[in-house]
Amino acid sequence: MTDRLILGIESSCDETGVGIVRLGPDGALELLADEVASSVEEHARFGGVVPEVASRAHLEAMVPTMRRAVEKAGIELSDIHSIAVTAGPGLAGALLVGTSAAKAYAAALDKPLFGVNHLAGHVAADTLQHGPLPKRCVALLVSGGHSQLLLVEGLAEKITEIGSTVDDAAGEAYDKVARLLDLPYPGGPPIDKLAKQGNGCAIAFPRGLTGPRDAKYDFSFSGLKTSVARWVEKREKAGEEIPLADVAASFQEAVADVLTAKAIRACQDFGVDTLVISGGVAANSRLSGLAAERCAEAGIELRVPRPRLCTDNGAMIAALGAHLVAAGAKPSPLDLSTVPGLPVGTVQVF
Amino acid sequence: MLVLALDTATPAVTAGVVELTPDAPPRLLAQRVTVNAKAHGELLTPHLQEALAEAGHTLQDLDAIVCGSGPGPFTGLRVGLVTAAALGQALNRPVYPVPTPDAIALDANTGHPLLVATDARRKEVYWAAYDAAGRRTDGPHVDKPADVLDKLDTAVTAAAGEGARIYADVLDLPVVDARYPSPTSLVAAAAEELLAGARPAALTPLYLRRPDAVEPVGRKRVTR
Ligand SMILES: [Zn+2]
Repeated sequence: MTDRLILGIESSCDETGVGIVRLGPDGALELLADEVASSVEEHARFGGVVPEVASRAHLEAMVPTMRRAVEKAGIELSDIHSIAVTAGPGLAGALLVGTSAAKAYAAALDKPLFGVNHLAGHVAADTLQHGPLPKRCVALLVSGGHSQLLLVEGLAEKITEIGSTVDDAAGEAYDKVARLLDLPYPGGPPIDKLAKQGNGCAIAFPRGLTGPRDAKYDFSFSGLKTSVARWVEKREKAGEEIPLADVAASFQEAVADVLTAKAIRACQDFGVDTLVISGGVAANSRLSGLAAERCAEAGIELRVPRPRLCTDNGAMIAALGAHLVAAGAKPSPLDLSTVPGLPVGTVQVF
Repeated sequence: MLVLALDTATPAVTAGVVELTPDAPPRLLAQRVTVNAKAHGELLTPHLQEALAEAGHTLQDLDAIVCGSGPGPFTGLRVGLVTAAALGQALNRPVYPVPTPDAIALDANTGHPLLVATDARRKEVYWAAYDAAGRRTDGPHVDKPADVLDKLDTAVTAAAGEGARIYADVLDLPVVDARYPSPTSLVAAAAEELLAGARPAALTPLYLRRPDAVEPVGRKRVTR
């Protein structure tokens, strides 16, 4: 069998992504194009993603982003073998722009369409950089929209959620603490930068859901955020100067500590020796640093895709589509619905 | 020429295949229309495929695409526009936007000044006014139905569109039976440009409203 070109379209949040991946006869993946148009700056003054603003931006960006991807890959749209698109989870109006476009491309090019799971796409992104996943692995997904621990037993076969956040996503906690410290949105990069000048052990912020009777693999970041706010307010009231770098570092330490401790415990409990960390927060230096330390101690192989592949993009959707095509999955129908609350266990939507 | 007409600016999911020649009104070959405000994303592409199949054509046979550009409730409106844009790119065919009420006005064809009002939800209507020849003289705007008559500076004799029906009591105008844009009228509204092979206008949705979003009230900032 010859090479097959898989197109991936992503529009679940604030990035319009188009990726093109070459699927070799042996199942190997090669990334040919990964174009993203982001509306993040339009959301900055609102301190979070505004769904209608994101949807409008997706409509404007869809065709230009597609054009750039096709050009970058040096192919014609008609060379495409299959089309994969994020069907969920995500913002309803945003998902609808991407799926509608994908259906039109599938109809015009007369190619099969695969409506796929965005979360599984984040895991698939790693295979573009590090090759096939082992038979079983644990994946930690952390971003502004998700904080999940997954047991992955085949990308196209079986993904089980073993834990998730009970309140805020990790990235959301970063955004809220950033606002508290008068740092820009999104909060991840500026907190990470500031934290490097601070002491992560300076303030003992609470580690959510780490008690003996708490859910082993679930996360909670809302209490941490409140605790940071109280700590800052107390000192402000007393007229004391706020050690901003220490606050940032100690907050970041609390987040990284809980995420990595639970991820490694999951690896050990489920008897797997590979941990994948993906999603926008995976780029956080303390999270990846602490994960590397702890994985080395525990004899677990750590896989973190490069930052560009961790954030939302079309390449990860193309990669997941390629895995489905390689596994001989049946295409989705063109009356496919978007599923804003799609559970991670459902890799493909019909 | 063979034209695909799409519109998702109203609760109707509309796809039709229309034949257009210089010396005759547009002729409908086949259409699929479902009134379901929540199913634009699911139904539009299957509808256009079915209409083409019934007309004995494929997407490759098309010469151009016409798409209603609203105004309409945002989520549905975008389905038609992004579908048309992607088809146009993949098939390398021009896509012409048409304000949706312009097509409804042609459907109504009263020969008198006309108001077209569609449902904007939140107890408001999108509206536009037309002269006896069906040319738009005002709008489109978005307003409360009760304010429309005050804002109209021409005397209209009837109203068309679903908004005209829903708010018939307030608008107090005879209601013409043209609720949703038909494929032939969508094509008729763009006929001149289609036949001339004109460069299409940008495929920009008529939102008329700004996104609902409030900037957060900042907490007292930490002093540095
Ligand atoms: Zn994501």
